[in-house]
Amino acid sequence: MSIVADATGRVLRSRLAAALTAPHGVDRYLELIDPMLAAHEVRARVVEITPETPGVATLTLQPTSTWRGHQAGQHVLVGADLPASAKRTTRAFSISSAASAPGERFTLTIRAHEEGQLSKFLVHEARPGQLLHLSQAQGDFVLTESPATPTNHRLLLITGGSGITPAMSMLRTLLRDGYDGHVGRKVTFLHFARSAEDQIFADELAAIADADNGVDVHLHHGDSLFSEFLLRRLVPDFRTTDTWLCGPPGLVELVTDAFGDSPRLRMEFFKPATARVGRGSDAVEGEVSFARSGVTTTNNGASLLEQAEAAGLKPDFGCRMGICFSCTARKTSGTVRNVLTGEESAAPDEDIRICVTTPAGDCHIDL
Amino acid sequence: MSTTTDEKTYHGLTHDQIESFGAELDAIRQRVIADLGQADRDYLLNILKWQRGLEITGRALFYLPPAWPIAVGALSVSKILDNMEIGHNVMHGQYDWMGDPDLNSRMFDWDTVCPGEQWKYSHNYIHHTYTNILGKDRDIGYGILRMDPDQKWNPYYLGNPVYAFLLMVFFEWGVALHDLEVEEIVAGRRTWKDTKHLHRGLIRKIRGQVLKDYLLFPALTGPLFPLTFLGNATANLVRNIWAFNIIFCGHFPAGVASFSEEETGINEGTETQGMWYLRQLLGSANIAGGKLFHVMSGNLSHQIEHHLFPDIPARRYPEIAEEVREICERYGLPYNTGPLHKQLFSVAKKICRLALPGGQPKEADVTGVAPAHPLAA
Ligand SMILES: Cc1cc2nc3c(=O)[nH]c(=O)nc-3n(C[C@H](O)[C@H](O)[C@H](O)COP(=O)(O)OP(=O)(O)OC[C@H]3O[C@@H](n4cnc5c(N)ncnc54)[C@H](O)[C@@H]3O)c2cc1C
Ligand code: FES
Repeated sequence: MSIVADATGRVLRSRLAAALTAPHGVDRYLELIDPMLAAHEVRARVVEITPETPGVATLTLQPTSTWRGHQAGQHVLVGADLPASAKRTTRAFSISSAASAPGERFTLTIRAHEEGQLSKFLVHEARPGQLLHLSQAQGDFVLTESPATPTNHRLLLITGGSGITPAMSMLRTLLRDGYDGHVGRKVTFLHFARSAEDQIFADELAAIADADNGVDVHLHHGDSLFSEFLLRRLVPDFRTTDTWLCGPPGLVELVTDAFGDSPRLRMEFFKPATARVGRGSDAVEGEVSFARSGVTTTNNGASLLEQAEAAGLKPDFGCRMGICFSCTARKTSGTVRNVLTGEESAAPDEDIRICVTTPAGDCHIDL
Repeated sequence: MSTTTDEKTYHGLTHDQIESFGAELDAIRQRVIADLGQADRDYLLNILKWQRGLEITGRALFYLPPAWPIAVGALSVSKILDNMEIGHNVMHGQYDWMGDPDLNSRMFDWDTVCPGEQWKYSHNYIHHTYTNILGKDRDIGYGILRMDPDQKWNPYYLGNPVYAFLLMVFFEWGVALHDLEVEEIVAGRRTWKDTKHLHRGLIRKIRGQVLKDYLLFPALTGPLFPLTFLGNATANLVRNIWAFNIIFCGHFPAGVASFSEEETGINEGTETQGMWYLRQLLGSANIAGGKLFHVMSGNLSHQIEHHLFPDIPARRYPEIAEEVREICERYGLPYNTGPLHKQLFSVAKKICRLALPGGQPKEADVTGVAPAHPLAA
């Protein structure tokens, strides 16, 4: 970054700039000139979209100068104003490129889900130039090792389907930063894909496998499922090997069984388990858990506000009829129904008015 | 529930009529909500662009002394848009469905000394829940004025027109201090300590606004400090006068009803959705005017529609108004509207009249047959 840009950034982030633009903030004015100008917020332009396999594409993003960079394995929240609904939809995506520096480009590799809102849009409809709203990189599913801190620990990366992205970022980071396997620390990369055609990054992985770099690449397709036997053959002492796991629930279940209570296994989930139950039914079922107070109750069909109160909590409320927003709380997962509109929503991390919302199955509320 | 359909129970309507009236309004609500989309989003973003453009223009023109009146005009309009069509409406949650954190009722704050957080409590909750219920809705006279004949007269109210004038001039300050319930403190029913939780937010917001308009921006214009200072003060004043008048015309012209706690059943929880809609309708008034006028009033010129549907984007009120009016006609309900000058005159007359003891009670045509207890029938 040039000295001029640096100084400009410092001015825009100054207390004077904040005072002059209060209460709206500097970014609300900068975005009028160009959405890629920002003092605090992070936004990005899609600069390239590369197809990987049918239904999977890699998006290269140019973030604003406010991007603080990422560590391999981290994810970012991506928000787009979907043209069909005019709503901002936000989902998490792991970063697939090697660790980035502030302001540096990075990539996301996304599988389009049939009925998915954001993934389908990003893979099939978005064009270079598309503006995205980002969070900073987050998550502690990160590669702790680097060539700069050599150890002779072995690393094991187990992934399935699009769960390959955080592991790919780790692998790419190691190789880019000079890892060559000659310090005695081997990397085992074990991946499961539905078929050879569905294998993401196939060419790059083949090249990595061929090179003399201490990375073992094992790709399994189709019926070749994970088994403890298979793992034991590749990494006999896997239970004491630092392992990163990311993949579909079936794979996660098998691997966690194999590892037992080993603290070496770290996991990343692309989909919270509770979001899968209780969709689209009128039946009163499931459990409501109020995360902050640690209370869980059996859903009785009443509004979340009433259920919270019945459980002894005292959430804020005002009108109790959906007009004052005093009771707004964050739902972290689960499906809920808005009793005013009848609309069901399963989006994670959304703000809901609990006085006019009933749970449709399991759900987690930040209360 | 009552089954005798010709029995008059509440504001001239039977219970069945009230409930079907409510159902018709609910249907409007459902339809509009289902239809929200790109056009609403584009509208808000466009207004935001205008507001910020005007603000920047206004602030920039202060460097050009001959353009002072234009600068003040631009800044005034910007502040009016910020407070009314943007701030008031966004903080009502009208655009929460867009999922944009900057335009979300929880995050947004406006360019006035009143902290958005506190306003949402006193306005969105207290005023919109207890609309025009005497003793509950603190917006009736803002604790300063006598705006309803059922408020007991005392000699203090001889100053009604003067207080109203002062409230108009310092409106943003009146709104900011509203939550403190200063009048309750003066009356000894509340202590200064009871309001402690409000002080920090209030001080922070006031400091920010004062610093910006009365120190930093004037200082940035160097020798033009006094002119810029005066310009900013004028813009705030213009916005105050405008907002005060639009809001008073929405609630206090002749023909607007007020309610007692008993008749609404609000304390017993017996007020039905239909009764609630009816109370909102009878407790508000519209101002007729052109498109630009509606935008500049934040569509609060459609106060009736706003009170019926406070969380529907205000740009929809004009289209909803036609239907609401038609429904009112069918149910024989009043629909209080008139041009600005008529409503203003009516409000001014009320302010002056109620400075003196007495005053006309609620209008007969609005309240209909004296209500029995709503659900007693
Ligand atoms: C930490 C984290 C990292 C992630 N990284 C990536 C990534 O690198 N690449 C990537 O493609 N995705 C990733 N995801 C998943 C991503 O966030 C979205 O869940 C997914 O793209 C679907 O979003 P959508 O808006 O298209 O679908 P939605 O509109 O949310 O859902 C539509 C339908 O798809 C189903 N669905 C939603 N998500 C999934 C899922 N993950 N698996 C199976 N079915 C699902 C829903 O149940 C629903 O029926 C990650 C998720 C998390 C939490
Ligand atoms: S209490 Fe009013 S919206 Fe929930």
